[in-house]
Amino acid sequence: MALATGKDFIGLVGHTPLVDMSHVVSAGGDVRVVAKAEWTNPGGSVKDRPAARMILEGERGVRLTKDKIILDATSGNTGIAYACLAAARGYRLKLCVPANISPERKHMLAALGAEVIYTSAQEGSDGAIREARRLFDEDPERYYYPDQYGNDENWRAHYATTGPEIWEETGGAVTHFVATVGTGGTLMGTGRFLKEKNPSIQVIAVEPDSPFHGLEGMKHMATSIVPKIYDRGFAGETLFVSTEAAHAAIRKTARKGGLLVGLSSGAALTAAELVAGRLIKARQRGLVVTVLPDNADKYLTERFWKEA
Amino acid sequence: MPVTILIPTVLRQYTGNQATVAVDGKTVGDTLQNLAAAHPGLKTHIFTDNGKLRSFVNVFVNEDDIRQKGDMNAPVKNGDEVSIVPSIAGGRR
Ligand SMILES: Cc1ncc(COP(=O)(O)O)c(C=O)c1O
Repeated sequence: MALATGKDFIGLVGHTPLVDMSHVVSAGGDVRVVAKAEWTNPGGSVKDRPAARMILEGERGVRLTKDKIILDATSGNTGIAYACLAAARGYRLKLCVPANISPERKHMLAALGAEVIYTSAQEGSDGAIREARRLFDEDPERYYYPDQYGNDENWRAHYATTGPEIWEETGGAVTHFVATVGTGGTLMGTGRFLKEKNPSIQVIAVEPDSPFHGLEGMKHMATSIVPKIYDRGFAGETLFVSTEAAHAAIRKTARKGGLLVGLSSGAALTAAELVAGRLIKARQRGLVVTVLPDNADKYLTERFWKEA
Repeated sequence: MPVTILIPTVLRQYTGNQATVAVDGKTVGDTLQNLAAAHPGLKTHIFTDNGKLRSFVNVFVNEDDIRQKGDMNAPVKNGDEVSIVPSIAGGRR
């Protein structure tokens, strides 16, 4: 009799549910809004997909061996994904992280046994990137540095999984794909796959409306180090969302949808609602698909829950 | 009484690229008002339309979060460092 086997961490990544958000986001007529619930990944966010692929790629190319330390810069979710993967596969891990990530994330990284170097809160994620590069340049033999901002395996993870999942789950009916951008991996990989399937699908990027924002994981590209893998010309349009608008969308999603979603999810839903609104006004049909990168577990101590 | 305000990198475009700005004031509220008066471009980034601190902005006097110290009424003294940090719920360290 064969023994039943369970899945390992990597086996649990992906195949996230597609959730109907039409009752939360004002849609109507022939317009629907659906979203990938990425927090159901084992590490709790969309970043499990690229992190798993980057680690596997390192192992395949023998750049990642047991004597190497995995090193990268992250504002949190990629770090948590790496920490899970490193623990499960037996690697040491060193992360450069801005000091103002949420306490919940700090606790998670510590619980998973990751070594964390906190960089200046004033410099944000760019300060963390600079520190990771500095450490790597100092001793390149010691580290495996996936560099999620410049690694093609990041967007390829979405090209290979998120894109096909959305295509299948919507039966090819998706008309608009809306994604928040941090490294740009989600948008570039999923967007490329969907565009190849149907070039008339519109890809819409979502950025914070200001360089100074509270949308964890997202980047205001005009004032940041633009990730090497992100082509700002790829999306047909970029929508800019304020932190307060994302907060309002999160409260609405909690109170009308019973789902506690994260900050960038709030931004994604705000943008998806705008896109849906335009379609309704123009009396067009549409199936707007977006990605909810994580849930609210790491943001429950934020003050915005108590506002109007 | 000069207090030093630390400006996050992304807001330095509104302070003529200065990383720190020295201002006077007895409370955090005073110092931030004086900062915004000296560099008006900062105002909408830090405050809401009705003059409250935006909910994702954390302010620290040295190591202490002002929300535990009386918010805008938190006292400051000569030589204190006030830092403005976009918060993902976080502390400074
Ligand atoms: C919460 C959150 N939202 C959005 C993003 C952006 O995703 P991507 O890096 O694929 O652009 C990230 C990733 O860094 C994230 O952690």
